[in-house]
Amino acid sequence: MDIMIKILYAVISVIVATVYGLTLGGVVQKIYARVHGRFGPPVWQPFIDIIKTHGKRVSISHGIMFYLGPVFRFAGGLGTYLFIPVIYGSVVFANFSMAGDLLLVMYFIFFGQLGMALGAGEGGHPYSPLGIARGLSQMSTFELPFSLAVIAVAIQYDSLNITTIVAAQQGSILNWTLFTNPFAVIAAMISLLGMNMHSPFSLVLAPQEIPIGPPVEMNSSFLAILQTNRGLFTAAKLVLFMNLFFGGATNLLIMIVKTFFIYLVSVIVGAAFPRFRPEQSFRFFLKWPTIIGIISIIFIVYF
Amino acid sequence: MDKKNIKKIEKEMKLANEGLPEKERSLFSDVRPTSVTPLNKYLEKFLNWARAESLWFLGFGTGCGAIELRPLMTSRYDVFRYGIAPRPTPRQSSVFIIGGYASMKTVKRIVRSYEQMQGPKFVIALGSCTINGGMYYDSYNTINRIDHYIPVDVYIAGCMPRPESLIAGFNKLKEKIKAGECDGMNKYAENFDWYKKNQKRVIKDWNMPDFNW
Repeated sequence: MDIMIKILYAVISVIVATVYGLTLGGVVQKIYARVHGRFGPPVWQPFIDIIKTHGKRVSISHGIMFYLGPVFRFAGGLGTYLFIPVIYGSVVFANFSMAGDLLLVMYFIFFGQLGMALGAGEGGHPYSPLGIARGLSQMSTFELPFSLAVIAVAIQYDSLNITTIVAAQQGSILNWTLFTNPFAVIAAMISLLGMNMHSPFSLVLAPQEIPIGPPVEMNSSFLAILQTNRGLFTAAKLVLFMNLFFGGATNLLIMIVKTFFIYLVSVIVGAAFPRFRPEQSFRFFLKWPTIIGIISIIFIVYF
Repeated sequence: MDKKNIKKIEKEMKLANEGLPEKERSLFSDVRPTSVTPLNKYLEKFLNWARAESLWFLGFGTGCGAIELRPLMTSRYDVFRYGIAPRPTPRQSSVFIIGGYASMKTVKRIVRSYEQMQGPKFVIALGSCTINGGMYYDSYNTINRIDHYIPVDVYIAGCMPRPESLIAGFNKLKEKIKAGECDGMNKYAENFDWYKKNQKRVIKDWNMPDFNW
């Protein structure tokens, strides 16, 4: 009976996160439009897009992996989200955080991309592998500073349990990792720029260069799953960063405010810079963020 | 009807794919498109509303009219506020804008892209050339009426129509979709042989499957 209630809570939590993530996407589109001097699409446009793509009358598949690609991608988003405690001290939004730790969450962040790579590869379109090659290489490079930051955090709090890490940051704003271990936060925030795939790191879904990249053959419901996952996965990543570096949240409002401002970092950078070429992006991640990540570990061990 | 006759009819219904070399025919589908019956009244109405409010057009420029698509996406006309967005691949887009005159070579690409789009799909024919040939009415290598080759939902007359008239065309398309009048996909499936006959008449080097999906 206990597990049934937990599942019910998890379903509520996932729906809230997806709706929040999609709305956030709509708001961000609006912000970009304002920067360009446009009105931009309505905030609820992502929801209409999903209904429309689900409502297509026919869909074309290219094989079993093509079916499984979006499913793996969605499982990646779902897995990332389900093992993160969203709101500290809340029963409904605790998800299954007790069952796993930070390493499991990091694994799930990688998992979706790999699944998508297999699925999109079977589409057979020449631009899919191009996008996959870019995506996986970029991910390997931005995972490096992020992993270093996570190691620094794990050393600092002597734990890989996210709930413990959030608990250690409660009390005062000065207890946040942002102030106790600033180097780790800088390294992680730079890798978040790559994770969110806004400019200048929007190499994977680059409509002007490689028509939309990996999902180029994805149509109808396949695309709708990917769109839904975009909302959920964005929310999951932002909540993870909020928990690790910005003191977590004790209620839904604080969660929304904090994650919005974390996302705004990506949006400001994205609105200000044009796109990198792939090799520029990879070299960037392997240079400064990695050095800052190493400094963060030295800082936390020796100072 | 006995089994023999059914098999015979099924064999006749299959597409021959005669344009392809013998060894490649098995790699492509030989199934014809079928018309899809709409869902029940209210669900279909709701979906039609969503389809009308989220029009993704194919970002291909098939003629000089495509120059009018660029101002649509930038800050002067900002077509995004109507839920209209460009999409780089036919698999994901639902509106095909025929940008003016279509030469014989382009018709081949238009047919290919149109058939790859997932239904319900809509076509906007932009400019006079798509209606009666316009200034190319007696040209040896352009077609005169695009609706002999693919079904068209909305025409925008003019040479060139300005982006405002394109937006007006989009709004007309939205009205038609919401009223449930845009059934080009089913029309194409029902009159498939007629469309194919017309297409094959103008496309001399037919080296693709009869139905590209």
